[in-house]
Amino acid sequence: MSRRVFITGVGVVAPGGVGRDNYWDLLTQGRTATRRLSLCDPEPFRSQVAAEVDFDAEAAGLTEPQAKELDRAAQFALVAAREAIVDSGWAGTSPPERTGVIVGSAVGATTKLEEVYRQVSKDGVLWDVIPDAPTELYSYFVPSSFAGEIARDAQVTGQSGVVSTGCTSGIDAVGTAWELVQDGVLDSVICGATDAPISPITVACFDTIKATSTYNDTPESASRPFDVTRGGFVLGEGSAMFVIESEESVERRGARVYGEITGYASRCNAYHMTGLKDDGRELAEAVTAALFQSKMDPHELDYVNAHGSGTKQNDRHETAALKVSLGEAAHHVPISSIKSMIGHSLGAIGSLEIAACALALRHNMIPPTANLTRPDPELDLDYVPVHARSRRTDRVLTTGSGFGGFQSAMVLADPEKSS
Amino acid sequence: MTANISGIDIISPLGLSREEHWKAVLDGYSGLAPTRSFDSTTYDNPISGEVHTFTPEGLPRRLLPATDRMTQMSLVAAAGAFDDSEIDLGRLDPFDIGVLTASTAGGYAFGQKELQNLWSKGPKYVSTHQSYAWFYAVNTGQISIRHGSQGHSGVIVADDAGGLDAIAFAARRLRRGSKVVLTGAVDSTMCPWGRVAHASTGELSKSEDATTAYLPFDERANGWVNGEGGAHLVLQSTSDGRYGVIRGHGATIGEDRLSQAIRLALGRAELRPQDIDVVFADAAGTRAADQAEAEAIGEIFGRGSIPVTAPKAATGRMGCGTAALDVAMALLAIRDQTIPPTVNVEPDKSLGLNVCTTATRRRITNALVLARGIGGFNSALIVGA
Amino acid sequence: MNKGDAVVTRITMADLKRALEEGSGVDEGVDLDRDLGTSAFADLGYDSLAVLETGLRLSRENDVDIDDSIFMDLDTPQQLLDAVNEALERRRQAS
Repeated sequence: MSRRVFITGVGVVAPGGVGRDNYWDLLTQGRTATRRLSLCDPEPFRSQVAAEVDFDAEAAGLTEPQAKELDRAAQFALVAAREAIVDSGWAGTSPPERTGVIVGSAVGATTKLEEVYRQVSKDGVLWDVIPDAPTELYSYFVPSSFAGEIARDAQVTGQSGVVSTGCTSGIDAVGTAWELVQDGVLDSVICGATDAPISPITVACFDTIKATSTYNDTPESASRPFDVTRGGFVLGEGSAMFVIESEESVERRGARVYGEITGYASRCNAYHMTGLKDDGRELAEAVTAALFQSKMDPHELDYVNAHGSGTKQNDRHETAALKVSLGEAAHHVPISSIKSMIGHSLGAIGSLEIAACALALRHNMIPPTANLTRPDPELDLDYVPVHARSRRTDRVLTTGSGFGGFQSAMVLADPEKSS
Repeated sequence: MTANISGIDIISPLGLSREEHWKAVLDGYSGLAPTRSFDSTTYDNPISGEVHTFTPEGLPRRLLPATDRMTQMSLVAAAGAFDDSEIDLGRLDPFDIGVLTASTAGGYAFGQKELQNLWSKGPKYVSTHQSYAWFYAVNTGQISIRHGSQGHSGVIVADDAGGLDAIAFAARRLRRGSKVVLTGAVDSTMCPWGRVAHASTGELSKSEDATTAYLPFDERANGWVNGEGGAHLVLQSTSDGRYGVIRGHGATIGEDRLSQAIRLALGRAELRPQDIDVVFADAAGTRAADQAEAEAIGEIFGRGSIPVTAPKAATGRMGCGTAALDVAMALLAIRDQTIPPTVNVEPDKSLGLNVCTTATRRRITNALVLARGIGGFNSALIVGA
Repeated sequence: MNKGDAVVTRITMADLKRALEEGSGVDEGVDLDRDLGTSAFADLGYDSLAVLETGLRLSRENDVDIDDSIFMDLDTPQQLLDAVNEALERRRQAS
């Protein structure tokens, strides 16, 4: 069976604002949340900018033990999931065994792992680390604990797990959840993604491959997708979570929807763990497949939310992929990268971008690519520079590329407005 | 549309190949021994299930500085599974071939090395490979590059239960258009930083004697042993599935939800309990977990009837690799009509389980594999002839 | 890598070879001894990550920094060797 699936709730914890409304305000005002790195000491690092969440766990509703023991990424996901559930009005309307939790994460509980590592190794002195670790260490060791936390909190018992495909985890987790509902395994899924990678080991690993922005003197404009002066991504953090439901579930309770997930596809470039080819062929293939599932022609798209990480290679790769897959339409459809504003939160960003798409459908507004003041002449598409654009938005595409060669695409449509 | 299994390879403390492992299991050998990969005198858990004889010979030397031991093992097993399947990958459209693995904790030993480099020497000592050599997606990524597979691929993390979920998701990919999917899982976290994580569960055996360190369903059950290894399997949608087919899968989350996972799997397989010939148990090896599993099995199958086995008593638990290895062995059990033994164990009759302690010839058409993950994950997978 | 009390002023192709092999291995059939001085990295089977890794090792071993922008133009081991030695020379002149 292949059922229709809808997004009924959206929850967000993002740089620049905890909560969906704050997030949307930031995006539509074109403000940036990139700033000088403060979650760890910036001095030793090449890239000293980050997109950080000002997060007070207890103010956000977590208990003191949760604030102390849960990894930051787990905290984000729990808070975002709760907001999505409240937003959807879904709670209590479905048997617990028919709902699961699918969470995307690229780097799991990296922050807590590094913290505990420093203690048990005495800051790297001991290879034979001290066997005196908190009992929570196993929940940091295996990131499936994120899904477990949310399932317990929401009191659901259906199939659950974590999807971890690097920087496409955020799209792939929602896509995986979509397939489970389509196939009748579940009727609803609390899904999305989270990452809190701003920790020395992760900052250092991107430093060594020179992937991150070094606009350390101008942190507010350090993330410059599609700009000729772009110099890498800004490491970010955050979470976006959704409630998605089958058509029957939505109709039964008269739920208001943000949009329908009409297509999802993923491919691998089978080329390199971190490198991208200039032709963008595999991403193009994923886009084409997602549009085909959606029974949509590229000309019907109102907005493309790009991966747009702001590295030299990605933005070239993605532009090529969009030209191949959208053809002539690539030159007319507005395309923007919100990483310009909230940085690149690795596994979480795909879900943050789906959230932006869902909000774009609801509010008929397209977020801009901030900092795009010197367009790269090689990249000649409409990337919505600087200012958000108010326009009727019924059909959107979001794309992602990740380490390991993953290339993913998802299409959302507003069912009330589209035929 | 059926998911056929056409290729299998195994790496475990009992062998570097499918047949080497299987023969050792049937002959009643154990791969548990005092830990050698690191100095375990600091720790309370002296026994491990290590793959002592593994070397990454045969892998391109360029890969060696850039890969964790886990990934090296995974690449070798994946190549072995593709070879076993005899599929000519070069004749397929690369977009029709996918890779869907499970991961537990990623390339943890590589990660420990890099964390040490960072904290003892500084950021300039973190290697360029750290950005991709430890994260959970690494095995899928490297396998796809090595074999040129460009189809829809993925990575599932659900602790030990992920080993079954990945295989079920791979079967789903076949229903959705992929023609060949490499699945399963291989895991290794054999380093002090890994050992401390496992020990933090409080469930690792403290036994110094390898023959009493992992005794699932035994009155003397005192925890489990950490091992390394796993299995990769090739699934394909065309009809020549030499090992068998995936019949059904069910997964739940929460305590006391294992029997529900079994019911879901039976339902999807359109089978009744009496159609199952053997259960490969999760066998967590603590009294409480063994009792809970025995109750779930008893609830579905009745007490003392269906044969139950845990060949993992001979290898230890290797994260999500454990359940993938169980699925491989379930298929070999079907091939050879023989149930592998649960070594060292004297079954506690009060649990009401019919535990096979020796290799047992038996007509097997359908096998049920169970896996539970810390955090409440419960998965059940049925394979059949 | 401990070079004792001597201040390093120059590294050799042998140093580069070692850093390359340790950080990135070597493909079967590639003869670094014969070809390192005269070939491009790509011809020897090395991608930009391998160049970065080698540069990283040589920089920290010799306590110099190679400018990011120079990495964009490094196609051959000889160019990388020259870049490290130029950085070493600049440090010597500054002291």
